[in-house]
Amino acid sequence: MSVITAGRTAVVAAGPVAARPVPVGRVYRFELVKLLSQWRIRLLLLACWTAPGLFTAAVAQQGTLPSDTLFGRWMHATGWAGPLVVLGFAGSWALPLLTSVVAGDVFAVEDRLGTWRQLLVTVRSPRRIFAAKALASTTVIVLLVAGLAASGTVGGLAAVGDQPLVGVDGHLLRPSDAAVSVLLAWACALAPTLALAALGLLGSVLLGRSPMGLLVPALAAVAMQLAQLLPLPVALRLALPGYAFVSWNGLFADPARLDELLIAVAVSLVWAAAATTAAWLLFVRRDFTTGSEDGAGRRALAFAVLPLAGLLALTSGAVWPATPSTGSGITQEKVQRSVATAFAHLYRLQTEQLHRPAVTEDQLRATAACQRGDGQVDPEGPGNDWRCVVTWHLPGTDAPGTAVYQLDVASDGRLTADGDGPKDVNGYFLVHTPTGDAPNPLWQFDGQVGLLASPAHPLDPTKE
Amino acid sequence: MRDTQLAVRAHGLTKSFDDVVALDGVGLELAPGRIHGLAGPNGAGKTTLLGLLLGLAVADEGALEVLGRPVGRALAAPDGVAGFVDGPGLYPSLTARKNLAALASLRGQDPRSARIDEVLAEVGLSEVADDRVRGFSLGMRQRLGLAAALLTEPRLLVLDEPSNGLDPAGKQHVHRALRRLADDGVTVVLSSHRMDDLEALCDEVTILAAGRVRFSGPLGELATDSRELEHRLRTSDPAAARRVAATVGGVKVLSETGAEALVVRATGPAVEELVAALVPAGVRVREVAPVVPPLEAAFLALTEQQEDLP
Repeated sequence: MSVITAGRTAVVAAGPVAARPVPVGRVYRFELVKLLSQWRIRLLLLACWTAPGLFTAAVAQQGTLPSDTLFGRWMHATGWAGPLVVLGFAGSWALPLLTSVVAGDVFAVEDRLGTWRQLLVTVRSPRRIFAAKALASTTVIVLLVAGLAASGTVGGLAAVGDQPLVGVDGHLLRPSDAAVSVLLAWACALAPTLALAALGLLGSVLLGRSPMGLLVPALAAVAMQLAQLLPLPVALRLALPGYAFVSWNGLFADPARLDELLIAVAVSLVWAAAATTAAWLLFVRRDFTTGSEDGAGRRALAFAVLPLAGLLALTSGAVWPATPSTGSGITQEKVQRSVATAFAHLYRLQTEQLHRPAVTEDQLRATAACQRGDGQVDPEGPGNDWRCVVTWHLPGTDAPGTAVYQLDVASDGRLTADGDGPKDVNGYFLVHTPTGDAPNPLWQFDGQVGLLASPAHPLDPTKE
Repeated sequence: MRDTQLAVRAHGLTKSFDDVVALDGVGLELAPGRIHGLAGPNGAGKTTLLGLLLGLAVADEGALEVLGRPVGRALAAPDGVAGFVDGPGLYPSLTARKNLAALASLRGQDPRSARIDEVLAEVGLSEVADDRVRGFSLGMRQRLGLAAALLTEPRLLVLDEPSNGLDPAGKQHVHRALRRLADDGVTVVLSSHRMDDLEALCDEVTILAAGRVRFSGPLGELATDSRELEHRLRTSDPAAARRVAATVGGVKVLSETGAEALVVRATGPAVEELVAALVPAGVRVREVAPVVPPLEAAFLALTEQQEDLP
């Protein structure tokens, strides 16, 4: 051991001063300044606050509508469809990419720039740095999401107007109700966005300057989308943090289908908390004297991937008892009820368009009889070989009306019904109204099978 | 010397990274108002030691006091410590001025009243204050890093290779700023691979090798050490000079017969004796110079000696 004394004797100018970590608020502002000084973040903010508005306004002027996206077929009818189409698109692509760019890089950028030590010397608390970085990246992400929502709404309302919105079960929402539901839908989408952001934080902490960290949220989102395409059990589907990107549509049913939405939001928040905690634990244990920890990435990956896989198992197990449905959750009874409900609501809408005598859903007593593969396939699960015959009754008429629909039922419960006759009900894209031609609401329509809904819903107006 | 008078007091500092021992029982006591150089080959433990002083890591064993306060696992480095290791840590998307303003805000200083213009002038960066750091050379970044440290009015300044990439004018700015700080009572600890930089700037130096202190003290002691060095002599008569050198005690002739210059291995006093013997023998001495500068030779001797140890 060497003990050397070097230097002359002198007096230190002042007494010892306690080490005081910088308050989190100040570090947070510092992190915001750094984030907002990056050209790509500025570009994203500009894009999020302008592009959806331009998109919805432009689509409203087009003859072709994005009818493969939920609410897309109503973009000519009301401005409130615009922000929902944007939300559907954002949940699939934009939000995962935004979280990748912001949260997936917020720690890695310090590794690339070699600025960790300067930051640590100044702040004196890795915990506070972590908190500030997480808060700052969340702030920017919320700003981006708010931009998407506000821009899509403003663009839709400016281009089309403030008309009632047709819900996922065909019922009409007044503009004020539509406004509240749109706002709530975007608020719910924040939960899975935060889960992706937390995965981004984890990737950024784990993988350091490696660009793989940047890709973690995007890859996780793609994996979850692929999983949603598979015929997974409902419990597993709901245990994935991205399901809230789908289940917000329950807000646009009557009555609102909140069970799936609340579970999905809760699961997303649990994932957000778990991934943030894992990132925190890894970060505060990091030794900053050795420079970047690229070499530790693989080992740390095991410590992060395994807990998250465990979390998936845990949330699946927790959700399982809450799911009355087993398997895919798509049953014949639920499909029939969903189609009949949507048909009844939309028939009433068509009646109003054609200025026929008003009818109510109760008077119509619409029912649907649905089969798969001409009765050769078990009538459950997703598929595009569903065929339904809808029957309804008009007041003062003894003979019931019937209409046929070909159905494409997706594994997440969304269904698209394509009219197959008779022509005067659902055979034409347009109907002739006294004020001119208008889109026929019964020609094609969307519906949603509640994956958690019990077969006999007590509030279902079409219940047997 | 009372312990509280020291800027740094380290005893038995040991730090390992897995199987690699970066510091092995290092002790160090640094007084205020001195510029102290840390030298050593790559992997000697310089950056690790600087990191401990900055509170970036904690030692596995040993005791460390900085500015009179113990520093350890739950005890961060106290206020008054500033500096950088492994580069100055700047944000390329911000201008030089905004980098300093953001750091000032982070420390709770009002960026408008902070001495930003003053410290930029001190390191010679006033003219590029509003340019983005993205376009800065390594030397300019080093100087801006120093400016960031000066902004805190430190009492202990820790700098890792601050002369890296500096042109002569930049080096002058940095040396002047550091000397001014030392005159004001600030302790400066800096590492460098360049012994000429250390010689120009430091009052004292610590040489580390394989995590251990090999030398610590004033530079003069290192340079005037009595170890043998190689010297080159240019004379009017190389053959005669060679004959005279063979007769002087403590001088070993290394150059071949017939060579233009005489190269000998000897201590400083022995070389003086040789020169004194050449003059009465009618040999005119045109140049006497060490083959390797004394500090560098001492450095090499100390570190190579360390590498030879088991």
